[in-house]
Amino acid sequence: MPIELKMPALSPTMEEGTLAKWLVKEGDSVKSGDLLAEIETDKATMEFEAVDEGTVAKIMVPEGTDGVKVGAVIALIAGEGEDASAAASAPAPTATPAPTGSTAPAVEEKGYGASPKDDPKPGSTDLDSATGSNTARPASAPTASSGTAGDRVKASPLARRIAADKGIELGGVQGSGPGGRIVKADIENAKADAAPAPASAPAEKAGAAAGQAAPTPATPAGGVAPTTETKAVWYDDSIPHEEEKLSNIRKTIARRLTESKQTVPHIYLTVDVRLDALLKLRGDLNKGLTSRGVKLSVNDLLIKALAVALEATPKCNVTFTGDKLIKYGRADISVAVSTPTGLITPIIRDAANISVSKISTQMKELAGRAKDGKLKPEEYQGGTASLSNMGMFGITQFDAVINPPQGMILAVGAGEQRPAVIDGALGVATVMSATGSFDHRAIDGADGAELMKLFKELVESPLGMVA
Amino acid sequence: MPDTYDLVVLGSGPGGYVAAIRAAQLGLKTAIVERERLGGICLNWGCIPTKALLRTSEIYHYITHADAYGLSVEKPSFDLAKVVDRSRKVAGQLNAGVKGLMKKNKITVVEGVGTLAGKGKLSVKQGDQTVELQARDIIIATGARARDLPFAKADGQRIWTYRDAMVPKEMPSKLLVIGSGAIGVEFASFYNDMGADVTIVEMLDRILPVEDAEVSDFMAKALTKQGIKLLTKASIEKLETTAGGVNAALKTADGKTETAEYSHVIVAIGIVPNTENIGLEELGVQTEKGHIKTDGFGRTGVEGVWAIGDVTGAPWLAHKASHEGVIAAEAIAQARGNKDVHPHPMNKANIPGCTYSRPQVASVGLTEAKAKEAGYALKVGKFPFIGNGKAIALGEAEGFIKTVFDAKTGELLGAHMVGAEVTELIQGYVVARTMETTEAELMETVFAHPTLSEMMHESVLSAYGRALHF
Repeated sequence: MPIELKMPALSPTMEEGTLAKWLVKEGDSVKSGDLLAEIETDKATMEFEAVDEGTVAKIMVPEGTDGVKVGAVIALIAGEGEDASAAASAPAPTATPAPTGSTAPAVEEKGYGASPKDDPKPGSTDLDSATGSNTARPASAPTASSGTAGDRVKASPLARRIAADKGIELGGVQGSGPGGRIVKADIENAKADAAPAPASAPAEKAGAAAGQAAPTPATPAGGVAPTTETKAVWYDDSIPHEEEKLSNIRKTIARRLTESKQTVPHIYLTVDVRLDALLKLRGDLNKGLTSRGVKLSVNDLLIKALAVALEATPKCNVTFTGDKLIKYGRADISVAVSTPTGLITPIIRDAANISVSKISTQMKELAGRAKDGKLKPEEYQGGTASLSNMGMFGITQFDAVINPPQGMILAVGAGEQRPAVIDGALGVATVMSATGSFDHRAIDGADGAELMKLFKELVESPLGMVA
Repeated sequence: MPDTYDLVVLGSGPGGYVAAIRAAQLGLKTAIVERERLGGICLNWGCIPTKALLRTSEIYHYITHADAYGLSVEKPSFDLAKVVDRSRKVAGQLNAGVKGLMKKNKITVVEGVGTLAGKGKLSVKQGDQTVELQARDIIIATGARARDLPFAKADGQRIWTYRDAMVPKEMPSKLLVIGSGAIGVEFASFYNDMGADVTIVEMLDRILPVEDAEVSDFMAKALTKQGIKLLTKASIEKLETTAGGVNAALKTADGKTETAEYSHVIVAIGIVPNTENIGLEELGVQTEKGHIKTDGFGRTGVEGVWAIGDVTGAPWLAHKASHEGVIAAEAIAQARGNKDVHPHPMNKANIPGCTYSRPQVASVGLTEAKAKEAGYALKVGKFPFIGNGKAIALGEAEGFIKTVFDAKTGELLGAHMVGAEVTELIQGYVVARTMETTEAELMETVFAHPTLSEMMHESVLSAYGRALHF
């Protein structure tokens, strides 16, 4: 019997992924530990190692295939002494998606991340549980399944139109029709629960309008006719351009940031922080750390400062779940890292209580792997607050978008020499602007201000945070 | 030791036998119990034999109006016995067909009168003998029978139910049809086309009262033009059989009581569900106004007892029974661990209704009045047969197709048709409703020319002010 190689669940909540690349071909012999394929999940590309020994008899899922369900058979491996060609011609096993819940147990670890039911599933951009769509499933349909299959959302024209009018994302709705098709009743039931998506409503309307026989002035000649299948955004087709397929990372970024800006009321609080003391401390520390091969960055110290400030201001270290407030007992800082494929946020866990040198080494290592797309899901999923530093790009001040389900993000601008009043006289100081974005549902302005004040104090008198 | 099955179906009408077939397909060991003939009322004494009779009257109508098509036919006439015989043969052929289907699907047919005899048990009386059956699940599909007037039981001689009206020994000279639902109107149409003097009495203010008011109005005019007398808001107070016929006393719309003599009377005032003496009470199966209460899957609330079709309530239609039979069979299979079936509950808003009179009537969904009542803002389209080339070529330029849309969402809330062949046309809209298409998809659909179906397209266009041919 050939061994069925199945799509692995590379994170606890992964439901599907892209088979990015095969690293073996049919006929290759493999042994345990050999790299077989690269699997792209929503955030990272991961290598899939062989567990068994044998010969690759047949590749069932070609590389570049999107939306491969966890548990689906992706290749057949002929065991030792087995005829690979015979194994290949064996009846193709049906790709059976592993039921969610059995192979993908929800993580219920307290302390980081929200409770699973409130945490958007990273496994699929379409199967979005963040909307609580399970409750939208009518009890009368005993076998309701999601209306999504890969990128295609199965929905009736009427359901599509009502969803567009109401600003309901079809991807978040559970379908009760044949084969999980989303029907009118599902949208009506979803109304109360589904996260509204007002911004996408006009686009959906444009799509629906194009489906009509009526002339649609919104679609000028030469334009790309939007289909009702995807949210259509009109663009001028006559301008030279190329089309790029969205990576899973890009899709996830788009979905989560849209969700954040649409559902989380942001409040922005900005402070100007003098960096001179911190820069001096950094210089002193680095002298002492040279022998250990560690070189602290300003950012490493800011991670520490934010974590310490959060621990001292627990009202800001929270997740708002809609019906309750989760107050974290630890500050895990997600640090925004720019990679060729998009933004990713590796986490420095318990940053308030580990040494700055450890933060520094961890950060270097994580950022390096992030740029190669090799982060493990647990290294970027979770976190209680985020830090985004665009100082190195010369940005003086900006407002960041909260990374749900977190309650705040700190946006740090460039340190620059500015005129400042020093000991009652006008002088020059190195100053940076830092802006905290807070989830105003959970965090009052005064509480946010307290955090910002504390952060400023820690940076300006940095010994307080290393002590 | 009783014979043991996974499922026993009580009653082999279009609900019961279809449920049995579906259950057998799903691998359930199935038996079906029938006290009369396989196929039940529908194909022995209902839908099918009446369609055979109506085909005769339709052809007879064409022959008597052959001149309109440039044909000459000398003194057309008919032999009533042969007409009835053809209808019986059609029913017989289908009855044999159901037998064949039971055999093919390895369904055990148990003839006799079945009664629930406790949980999972059914006794079938066959003459003096009783056969005991045992099954995990039992589907009750016992159907319904014609309702009698409280003061005048049908005697089969002068006062007929549908069943007597289907096998007439003589042509009524003057016929009174009590009730203007589908059955009443179909028999009125048949006998009128065959040459009888027909009167229809209806208690409500219009005939075919479940249809859209415009359809009722149109039918009233069409039938009146054909020579049928319509008495609405009128009720029968007394029926008295006399030597030469029936003396009927009826209270007219203006409150006066009039009497008139008729050769025959057809009572078509509705149905009574067959829920008596089958052991329902003993098992605790609940009924409401005689009908068994069920959920959308046919569950009665008593474990292992299911019910489908007429016995569970309106609409009393064969296709409703059949569909409920499939749903119940699948729900049973699912409850027994079959993971491949995914039954969906019955959506009664998507059950079409057809009346096979001349002209025909067909509808699905909400009438305009009901849609308004429900609070919808409407877009209503209407297209007349006179605007359709095929209808004119057929010499059938009477009728219309009406569509009712939710102005807000474009949902096709209802469709109502009257005219030639509309009982075949309605299915297009039933598919549309079931798939939840909006006006947009219907407008985008290419309809073949020349067909009557083009009117379905035009009616939708008309709802949005875009009809092309009218």
